Amino acid sequence: MNYSYWILARALLPEMTLVAGALCVLGYDLLRARHHTAAERRSAALWIGATAVVAALIDSISVGRLGAVYGNTLALDQLAVVARAGVLGLTLLTLGVTAGAKNARHPAEYVAIILFATSGFTLMCAAHQLLVAFVALELASLSLYVLAGFDKDRRESAEAALKYFLFGGMASAFLLFGFSLIYGTTGELDLTRIAFAIMHGEMTPLLAIALVMVIVAFGFKAAAAPFHLWAPDAYEGAPTPSAAFIASASKVAGFTLFFRLFWSGLSATAGDVSVAGNAGGWLILMALLSGASLLLGNLAALAQTNVRRLLAYSAIAHTGVMLLGVIAAEISGPGPLFYYVATYGVATAGAFGVIAVLEANGGCQQITDLAGLSRRSPLLAGCLLVFILSLAGIPPLAGFFGKFYVFAATLKVGGVAGPAGWLTMLAIALSALALYYYLIVLKQALVAAPAPERSGRIRVPAAAAITLVVAAGLVVFLGVFPSLVLGLF
Amino acid sequence: MNLLPYAIYVSFAGAALSLIAGMRSATLARWTALLTAVASWGITLYAACGFTPSSEVLTLIDIPWVSQLGIHYHLAADGISLTLLVLTGLAATAGILFSWNIEERTGEFFAFYLALIGGVYGVFLSADAFLFFVFYEIAIVPKYFLIANWGSTNREYGAMKLALYSFAGSALVLAGLLWIYATGHAEGFGLGQLAQAAVTITHGQQVAIFALIFTGFAVLAGMFPFHTWAPTGHVAAPTGASMLLAGVVMKLGAYGCLRVAMPLLPAGLEFWQPVIAWLAVAGIVYAGLVALVQQDFKFVIGYSSVSHMGFVLLGLAAANPAAVAGAVLQMFSHGVIAGLLFAVVGRMVYERTHTRQLEHLRRLPLHRLMPFAAVVFVIAGLASMGMPGFSGFPAELTILSGTWQVSKVWALVAAVGVLVAAAFTLRAIQVAFFGSTDEATDVTTHPHLMAPVTWPERTGAILLLGATLLIGLKPDLLLNWIVPSLQSPLMQAVWHGGVR
Repeated sequence: MNYSYWILARALLPEMTLVAGALCVLGYDLLRARHHTAAERRSAALWIGATAVVAALIDSISVGRLGAVYGNTLALDQLAVVARAGVLGLTLLTLGVTAGAKNARHPAEYVAIILFATSGFTLMCAAHQLLVAFVALELASLSLYVLAGFDKDRRESAEAALKYFLFGGMASAFLLFGFSLIYGTTGELDLTRIAFAIMHGEMTPLLAIALVMVIVAFGFKAAAAPFHLWAPDAYEGAPTPSAAFIASASKVAGFTLFFRLFWSGLSATAGDVSVAGNAGGWLILMALLSGASLLLGNLAALAQTNVRRLLAYSAIAHTGVMLLGVIAAEISGPGPLFYYVATYGVATAGAFGVIAVLEANGGCQQITDLAGLSRRSPLLAGCLLVFILSLAGIPPLAGFFGKFYVFAATLKVGGVAGPAGWLTMLAIALSALALYYYLIVLKQALVAAPAPERSGRIRVPAAAAITLVVAAGLVVFLGVFPSLVLGLF
Repeated sequence: MNLLPYAIYVSFAGAALSLIAGMRSATLARWTALLTAVASWGITLYAACGFTPSSEVLTLIDIPWVSQLGIHYHLAADGISLTLLVLTGLAATAGILFSWNIEERTGEFFAFYLALIGGVYGVFLSADAFLFFVFYEIAIVPKYFLIANWGSTNREYGAMKLALYSFAGSALVLAGLLWIYATGHAEGFGLGQLAQAAVTITHGQQVAIFALIFTGFAVLAGMFPFHTWAPTGHVAAPTGASMLLAGVVMKLGAYGCLRVAMPLLPAGLEFWQPVIAWLAVAGIVYAGLVALVQQDFKFVIGYSSVSHMGFVLLGLAAANPAAVAGAVLQMFSHGVIAGLLFAVVGRMVYERTHTRQLEHLRRLPLHRLMPFAAVVFVIAGLASMGMPGFSGFPAELTILSGTWQVSKVWALVAAVGVLVAAAFTLRAIQVAFFGSTDEATDVTTHPHLMAPVTWPERTGAILLLGATLLIGLKPDLLLNWIVPSLQSPLMQAVWHGGVR
């Protein structure tokens, strides 16, 4: 066992960079920017923040695969390095979205909290021990609650934050309860040792309860049905960049953390979903969550008139596919899951980015607020087309390949003989249905004429324009060359 | 032959260029689109000149694409795909000529249009099932926007219906392909690899997978009872897009049945053959009868398309080389004739009279007001009825004689369909063009009908008429390409029940 502080410090270099960056953002704003205009303060905060994120990205790549760090507290394996890079990339995207959004009142604090949340995310990607995992998750979650409620003047924002906080707090309680039961049964905190302790053991009632508790918490955090209720309200009320952040970076970090927890720590209790009526375990619970999310997300999205709620329900539906990716990891490893979550993050953050720019130009809540976008701003309309079609799973965009890969991997678990196969077929069927609500959005943006009171051209801030174009380019590029990501695993 | 992939790239590049050109001026966008379409058609014709018919599928390019799943960027061509590639080029060029009058957002129109064409070329050239599927879906999305943006009657409904039907179909195809891949432990998505994987699957599963894939493709081919998107979509679409939809997009479905469903799962074909054949026959007769009572001129043509595509499906279902060769010939023939009919109805008549109701058209002496349109429609109608001398005749004759060897009943009922086709076509000609012999009404009382037939219309019509006549008089031109290709290793599986 290696308990070197030096290696620990190297392993945590990205987190330290992020925290230092957050402090710099706050310090600069406090000391130098007091008398500047709000726009100047924001761009200063964003530039410093973006620099810190890029520095953290360079750190995490240059540190590389250190393996087990400080005992086995952190695992800097390939997955951790790639997931960290993914989270940091999505954070950068969120900062770009912020640049195009409406001016908030305390830009420096906003950026600093984003950076704090990001350090939580990067820690989640590497955590290999129950306590660290919990602390990292809480660091991220608490920051996200604040981000959701940051628009203090709007009641909806406060509502979003409160709902998110109450549900999230509840989920943390469940998680802690589950962890304590796992610790009580095995006497271990480290995932490898937990796996070793339960390797030969039976599924005891206590362990079963622990699994259910952890799955419930996971369901809440990932917004999987039936634990999804906070998501539509949070997406609707939160400031747009916060919603983008919750939908993208937090998903990557969350799925990495739980992937590790389940497959590294609890794989002995996984059970089997390859054929019907096989041994129970957490896989079947995962399958149930997945089926419920797919059905509820897709069906509820059909009825939405608010574009943010639509994206929230689409996020729930996508969570269903991601859960299939967790199931498929038994055979195919984290590749399909990670590719799916990361590219989904880019597409959904990009879609929120377009909404953010519209928000700054007169509001964007209803789907009809997108009317005539192609005439008001061809750039935004083109980017939205790419993002939404990627979410809908149209080739050659990344969303298509993600779905294809997850479905292929899940079917490999046991063909169509068991729950895994049935769910895949359900997911394929629902993806055809999903096209309807995505096309409704695109119809407004590309077909409908603009409303008379909102027909002026939209000026897109340069930083936001670059961010959106890069994100759209990424969605196309990763869709055409998926091997670039898949080769990392 | 090696130039063929450039037909895809040129189309996609042209799509981007027309979008840019459209920001400058509509005329520039039109010419960009026309040059692109002509260039890619030229590529297919050039390839056709250097083509020596053989039973081999000629690989044009084959490089690993997604190594993790064994997916290759594998383009290949044989006589069947070459026939359809030439058709695509022809239909695209003619469609652009008949879209010359699009004034609103011209650049975007042609961008979607050429993206669709690029996808279609891609499908006809793909030899990897994944690649096939990617191009197939690329071809679907632009249709929605073409119809919803530039369409007419009920366009948003028609566009959405068409998009959802197409996607439901492609979801079935995707499910089936992944099923073979996962259950058969295929090494990749090459059609040959999948065919080898499919024989390791149980017979029951093969039958089920065939149903998924064939139905998925047949939806786009307009198979009864999944055809309802076709008339609505065709009617709602702008003329150029209807020409493409009926001309080449419906062929994508039939091509998918022929290239993917049948060779991969011959056991499934054997099981479902009677069902498919009866559905095809039902489609021929039913759609023909429905066309007989339509009041909207364009709906007549829309249902006639479904009826004619029924012949293609019947030829495929008969599953012997003669009938399948006829089916491919019918794909070409219908692509040309349907394009012509839609061009007359949508562009020449509707854009001038602003009505498509046969009731209203009956009162106009259209044969004197627009003689060119009348002549073109009469010839196209004759071709559509299967008159000797036009491409429909050898195609339907080959299909029927091929089917006769399998089942006399199918062939006989389908032959009744030919009669129905003659009936609704003659009715449409009579009512629309020769309904009124009123001598008093002439050009002076209907000045808006004076708009002379423009050169793009003339050129487009002559191109299509020439094609149907050429193939009608000399069907061997295409049959010489098609027939040897039916002996390729994958197609052998269809005739002999499985790859070996």
